[in-house]
Amino acid sequence: MLVSFIHAAGTAESAGDKLISLVIGIAVFAAVFLGILGLASLFKGRVGERIQAIAFVGPTVLFIVAALVIPAALTIRRAFYNGKFFDLNFGTARTKAQFSGFENFQKLWTTPGLTEVIRNTALWVLLVPLVATGVGLIYALLIDRAKGEAVAKALIFLPMAISMVGATLIWKFVYNYNGAPGATQIGILNAIITKFGMEPINFLGTPVLNTFALIVIMIWIQAGFAMTVLSAAIKAIPDEILEAARMDGVSGFKMFRFITLPSIRSSIIVVLTTIAIGTLKAFDIVQAASGGKLRDGVLASEFYNRSFVTQEPGLGAAIAIVIFVLVSPIIAYNVIQMRKDA
Amino acid sequence: MSNATPPPVPADVEKAAAAEATKADALPTRQSLRKKGRTAAGNAARAVSSPWGSVFAIVLAVLWTMPTLGLFVTSFRQQGDINTSGWWMAWSTPLTGENYATAFNGGSGNGTAMSQFFVNSIVITIPAVLLPLLLASLAAYAFAWIDFPFRNALFVGVFALQIVPLQIALLPLATWFNNAGLGGSFWSLWLSHTAFALPLAVYLLHNFMKEIPASLLEAARVDGAGHVRIFFQVLLPLIAPALASFGIFQFLWVWNDLLVALTMLGGSLQRAPMTMAIQNLSGQWGDKWFLTSAGAFISIAVPVAVFLALQRYFVRGLLAGGTKG
Repeated sequence: MLVSFIHAAGTAESAGDKLISLVIGIAVFAAVFLGILGLASLFKGRVGERIQAIAFVGPTVLFIVAALVIPAALTIRRAFYNGKFFDLNFGTARTKAQFSGFENFQKLWTTPGLTEVIRNTALWVLLVPLVATGVGLIYALLIDRAKGEAVAKALIFLPMAISMVGATLIWKFVYNYNGAPGATQIGILNAIITKFGMEPINFLGTPVLNTFALIVIMIWIQAGFAMTVLSAAIKAIPDEILEAARMDGVSGFKMFRFITLPSIRSSIIVVLTTIAIGTLKAFDIVQAASGGKLRDGVLASEFYNRSFVTQEPGLGAAIAIVIFVLVSPIIAYNVIQMRKDA
Repeated sequence: MSNATPPPVPADVEKAAAAEATKADALPTRQSLRKKGRTAAGNAARAVSSPWGSVFAIVLAVLWTMPTLGLFVTSFRQQGDINTSGWWMAWSTPLTGENYATAFNGGSGNGTAMSQFFVNSIVITIPAVLLPLLLASLAAYAFAWIDFPFRNALFVGVFALQIVPLQIALLPLATWFNNAGLGGSFWSLWLSHTAFALPLAVYLLHNFMKEIPASLLEAARVDGAGHVRIFFQVLLPLIAPALASFGIFQFLWVWNDLLVALTMLGGSLQRAPMTMAIQNLSGQWGDKWFLTSAGAFISIAVPVAVFLALQRYFVRGLLAGGTKG
């Protein structure tokens, strides 16, 4: 009875039922985890201390092991098998997965279109962090202590609150293209281009160019993050240092080059690496633009396509591992850096 | 932003806050007065001497605002006008709120009502924010203040798992939920969002927990309070700003998520959040920009409102290292 009740809460269909399942969901979570705490608090002394430690840490550890550690291990194993289903025991004798060694990793280089995906990913990971950080830094410097700083910041920062799907839609409209001769261009870019007498450009439909067009969207989103962190770092530079430099007659670009830049160096690295990680994992923009069908895919979107669309879970797993291998050293570096600062 | 009491925050921010505080609180000695005068003068001089800098900043701000403005204006224009003139010509054509009504109530066919996806997004997001907040703050408390075997090793293990990208865990998780009969349910989304949030949440909240003076806890212990009571009565109120920071983060993250929703729901729109619906409908609607634009802004409205209202906490979370890809 209870099981079917809980199941029903997760699969509600009407709006009213969904809101009820929201309440039930919260109630179940509260009952389970607060119940555990309540029970644990009944024990006293050294034993109680131990039991309470388990009650506090246990759920988190359990969640992480069940939903991250074990799945990650399974995905790694899956990358060494072929077959159409994730479950190794699934399927008939013919469609069942079989051990295939490093075949899925070789496919990364031999499957048509995948080298293009790798090239696109490289473009993303190079351009997005560099340009977004550059723009964010310049903007932070320009508006530092200027009038209306808060508003100026919010303008650049706002894209961070918008979903990548929403952002892509916003930019699809900017890039809008009408191929009919002499047609009105309702996308602002093509309107400007045709105003100067040139032919409109199909930004999102022309390979390589479309990758750059999508990269612009990610830069648009990430610049606000760079600006916020770097602006805080600039404000943290002690006044005495600036004052001393000024006394010595340092100003303008020299001030930036020899005082500001070295002082915020570690923040710049954190920003660059954080954006690089986000870029490697970002799949939404490509998915919302074309699903990677216009030769504009990246590793993260290709992972989704191979795993869930073309039913090549082995190849999907291999791509996930590549993302993992690319991302983990950057995150490790970042965390170590942050712990050093703290 | 600067008039709020700064909560205990790690690293850079703390330094920044401290610098700000010393700037603000220093007694107006002759020296500081002189400095103030000079800085003001310096600012004025700089503003005059670098008009190019100001122009460039304005150009950037306009460039960054224009795309959103374009679609926003479009969402208030009539269908016919959108396709015959650019949005920058909107001043010459009538505006309407009808697009929003149509998109919200699904005037364009079955299963296209944004109202339905709006409800889904809310039902998905609230538990997916509350649960990791509760679990992570409990774990952070234990890692900071309860002594138990393997504590440090476990903590390092939890926060090291930040390096695991979602992608590597998604396939098995989706398979398990399917096998358990929970595929496409809210449970699959609530539980996976919670799990993915925990490593970062524990790490961030632990940083805040550690900043609480030990004497406070000691006093409570002397009064005979157990860990559970200390956690709820002493610690939780103290780390409220940190909870708000991470809560907003997780809220935006779940509300704006597409990948987890797509994989767990297997493409079914029945319980899909707005991101998934919009992505789907923009294909279905094609060039019906009057619907796409209104739909997009219905989904954008909530996170933008949350962001504008709680920007202070959001920025604090960002600076404390709260970014997740």
